[in-house]
Amino acid sequence: MNGASKSFKLVVLIMILFASFQGLAKSENDENKEVDTKDEVTEYILHHIKDAHDFHLFSYTSGEGERKHVGFPLPIILWTSNGLTTFMSSEFHHNDDGHVIVEKNGLKFAKIHSKIYELESGASEVSFDDGHHATNASKVLDLSITKSVFGVLLVGLLMFLAFSSLARQYKKKQIPTGFGRVLEPLVIYVRDEIARPNIGEKKYRRFTGYLLTVFFFIWILNLLGLTPLGFNVTGQLAVTAALAIFTLVIYTVSGNKDYWMHILWMPGVPILIRPVLAVIELAGALLIKPFSLLVRLFANISAGHIVVMSLIAIMFTLKESLTVGGATALSLLLSFFITLIEVLVAFLQAYIFTMLSALFIGMAVEEHDHH
Amino acid sequence: METLLNDFSPGLFIVQTILLLGLIFLMVKFAWKPILNSLNERESGIQDALEAAENAKKEMQNLQADNDKLLKEARAEREAMLKEAREIKDKMISDSKEQAKVEADKMIQQAQAVIEGEKKAAVADIKNQVANLSVEIAEKVIKEQLSNKDQQLKLVDDMLGDIKLN
Repeated sequence: MNGASKSFKLVVLIMILFASFQGLAKSENDENKEVDTKDEVTEYILHHIKDAHDFHLFSYTSGEGERKHVGFPLPIILWTSNGLTTFMSSEFHHNDDGHVIVEKNGLKFAKIHSKIYELESGASEVSFDDGHHATNASKVLDLSITKSVFGVLLVGLLMFLAFSSLARQYKKKQIPTGFGRVLEPLVIYVRDEIARPNIGEKKYRRFTGYLLTVFFFIWILNLLGLTPLGFNVTGQLAVTAALAIFTLVIYTVSGNKDYWMHILWMPGVPILIRPVLAVIELAGALLIKPFSLLVRLFANISAGHIVVMSLIAIMFTLKESLTVGGATALSLLLSFFITLIEVLVAFLQAYIFTMLSALFIGMAVEEHDHH
Repeated sequence: METLLNDFSPGLFIVQTILLLGLIFLMVKFAWKPILNSLNERESGIQDALEAAENAKKEMQNLQADNDKLLKEARAEREAMLKEAREIKDKMISDSKEQAKVEADKMIQQAQAVIEGEKKAAVADIKNQVANLSVEIAEKVIKEQLSNKDQQLKLVDDMLGDIKLN
């Protein structure tokens, strides 16, 4: 039984690898090109790390030499100088260098490197300076349902369905059955191993809901990032920043008198040192802690994606020196093991983020014994 | 750093914040609260059941101890009763022995008295008979003397032989 499930996992992993390989091999870079050279691979990987405005699964070249893209468009929602503007991402026709101009609501829009720019009035196309920066267009506030937002919505929906069904099971029976039996130990794990020991027996219940949400949110999104669907939600700075700021707000708002006392007027040290300590402590509490949270998650997940994709790309980049078979074998072997490690990292980063959040909250609500 | 800042999308940040807020709210209301409440209820239920079992065990032990104590008491009581009975028996036996001895002594005394009385009566009787015989002998001797000397002697001998027979 164990052996069977192990070999099943192996097959699934190999399938994932092959699927990613296919996606990479047949994806387009600009419009009609296959990814083959080192520069193209680098650009493709960096492109993948970014958010996207349409859900692109893979592309292929049809018999007539025409590039076909498989995926679906996502709605673009912009807050422009003329108010709210919405249209579908398919109107850009997969263009990402600002050559396709979309006219909506009396304004012209172009998409450059996954960002949407609003053209200045009168301009009919984007002009670039030497550093490839648009000179006659500016970024708009982009509230689109991007690929990442789509991922967030998907995971939110999955989480809600899974855990509310677990919650409903308890109305009828004491011990959940089916999938709930898998979820329950995870919930207990977060409560007993993360929330309880770090926050303390008295106060952990108030924060457990947040910690559970964040843990499963990050974990599922991390895992989703390892599938060929190509999500990179927890590798988006904006997403990790939002998560870190939630933690910051929670521990700042719930911090008790002792906590602020220790930050602003540290007892037990000479008076002259206290203001200096206060500056350091304030910076630590309000900047360093959330910054470490957001950068750690972002960097780990982005780096994981870059490493996995780079190893898959060995197939193309080392094709000449190792022959096609050798490069493919090396690529498969290395990316297989790195993917295994990434599965661990997916859990680890979710655990670390939740754990540190719990720790920070615990420090803020801790009751000190007065000596 | 510039690329990082350039990659930071304020729009995504806003959308993510709103979605996360909504998700936390929904999850807390519809999932975590009921789940954690049920888990707590179940855990306290298990705790209570364990405590009840522990109490039952203790009660059982107490009962056992009580039983043992009762048994011990009963045994001691039985011992005591047996001992008392034995004492009573012994006492009865010794009492009746004494009584019997007294009775026997009394009877012996009575018998001795009767025997003494009989003896005295018999001695008195013998004395009377000897006196009578002596008188008769004397009478016959006197009568015989009166006729024949030999015959008188023979008579005395006969008489004496008669007395022996008596």
